[in-house]
Amino acid sequence: MERLLSIIFIYILVENFVLQRFFGICPFLGVSRKMETAVGMSMAVIFVMTMATLVTWLLYTFVLEPFKMEYLQIVTFILVIASLVQLVETTLRKISPTLYQGLGIFLPLITTNCAIMAVALLAVREEFTFIEAVVFGIAASLGFSLALVIMAGIRERLELADIPDVLQGSAVTLITAGILSLAFQGFRGMLTL
Amino acid sequence: MSTSNPYLDDLSRGIIRENPVFRLLLGMCPVLGVTGYFINGLGMGLAATAVLIASNVVIAALKNFIPPQVRIPCFIVVIATFVTIIEMVLQAFQPALYEALGVFVPLIVVNCVILGRAEAFASKKPVLRALIDGVGVGLGFTLALGILALVREVAGQGTIMGPDPESTILLFGEGFEPMGLFGQPPGAFIALGLLLGLTNVLFKKFNIK
Repeated sequence: MERLLSIIFIYILVENFVLQRFFGICPFLGVSRKMETAVGMSMAVIFVMTMATLVTWLLYTFVLEPFKMEYLQIVTFILVIASLVQLVETTLRKISPTLYQGLGIFLPLITTNCAIMAVALLAVREEFTFIEAVVFGIAASLGFSLALVIMAGIRERLELADIPDVLQGSAVTLITAGILSLAFQGFRGMLTL
Repeated sequence: MSTSNPYLDDLSRGIIRENPVFRLLLGMCPVLGVTGYFINGLGMGLAATAVLIASNVVIAALKNFIPPQVRIPCFIVVIATFVTIIEMVLQAFQPALYEALGVFVPLIVVNCVILGRAEAFASKKPVLRALIDGVGVGLGFTLALGILALVREVAGQGTIMGPDPESTILLFGEGFEPMGLFGQPPGAFIALGLLLGLTNVLFKKFNIK
C-alpha cells in the first residue's frame, strides 16, 4: 500500500511526466491554448493511458516473455495503443455520444502521444507488478493532466500580456513551461521508490 | 515547378526552411529529453535520422502496394521495425549511448517527424526523392539537437564531449561554477525557448520564408 501511494505521489509531482521527464510535449504545447480543450485532452489521456498500461503489461508478461519474443515489444506496443485508441473511439461513439463529442478530435491525436508509449515501456522496464503498473498508468496520466491544465490556465492569461515580437507563440510557451518546471523542481528528491 | 534543382531543394528544405524542431516544432520529446550532453544529442539525432531514411525509402518503394485505408498502421509497422533494429544495433555497439538515451530510443517510433514525413512526402514521391528528403530532414533534426545540446552542456556543465571522463574537455578551467539549471529539466525548456526566439530573429533578418 505504501509503495502504491509512493508511486502515485512520485509520478504526479516528483517525476512529472511532462515537466520533469519530457514525455508528451507535443500535446502539451499543442492543446494548452484553451482550458476547455486542455481538460478534454486530459480526460482522453487518463482513459487511454490506464487502459494501455493494463493491456500492454498483460501482453508482455503472458505472451512476449514466455515465448521469448521481447524483441517484438515496440511493434506490439504501438499496435496495441493504436487499436486501443480506435476501440475507445468506436465504443464511446456508441455508448456515450456526449463524451465522444466532448473528446472529439483528441482521441485520434493520442496515438502519437509519446507519453502513452513511455508509460507502457517504463511499466515493463521498472518491473512493476500488475497492480503497480495500473496505478503507475493512472498516476502518470494525472501528472500529465495536472501540467496541461496549469499550462492552459497560464496561457489564457498570457494572451493579454505584452511579449516581444520574436518570442511570441511557441518560444514564450516553452520559457513559461521552463519556469513551471522550475516550480516542480521543488519536489525533487522528496521521495524515491 | 521552381527553376532550381528539385533534389537540392528536397535536401535543403528540411535543414533550414522547414527545420522539424526550430520551425515546425515536431518531435519535441527527445529534443528536450536527451540534450543534457552533446554526445547524447548527436547520437539521438543520428539514430532518428537512420530510422527516418530507412522508413522513407521503404514506404516510398511500397507506396503502390499499401491500401490507402490502412496506410497509417502500415507506416507505423515499418517505422517500428527499423526502430527495433536501431535499438539492437545501439545496444550491441554503443552500450554507453544506449544506456544514456534510455527509453527515448524505443520512443523514436512515436516521433511525429518520422510519421509526418512518411505521410506527407514518402508515400507520394519516388524512392530517390524520399531518400534525399529523409537525409535533409534527418540532418535538420540532428542539427537542432546538436545545437541545443551544445548550449546546454556548455552552460550547464562547462564542458564539451562529456559525460565520459576520458573525452570530457573542461572549457573554463577548474574553478568555473556552471549554471546547473541548464543541465536540469527547466533549463531544457528555457534554452529551447530562447533558441526559438533566436531563430525567429535570424529568419526575419535574412528574410527566409
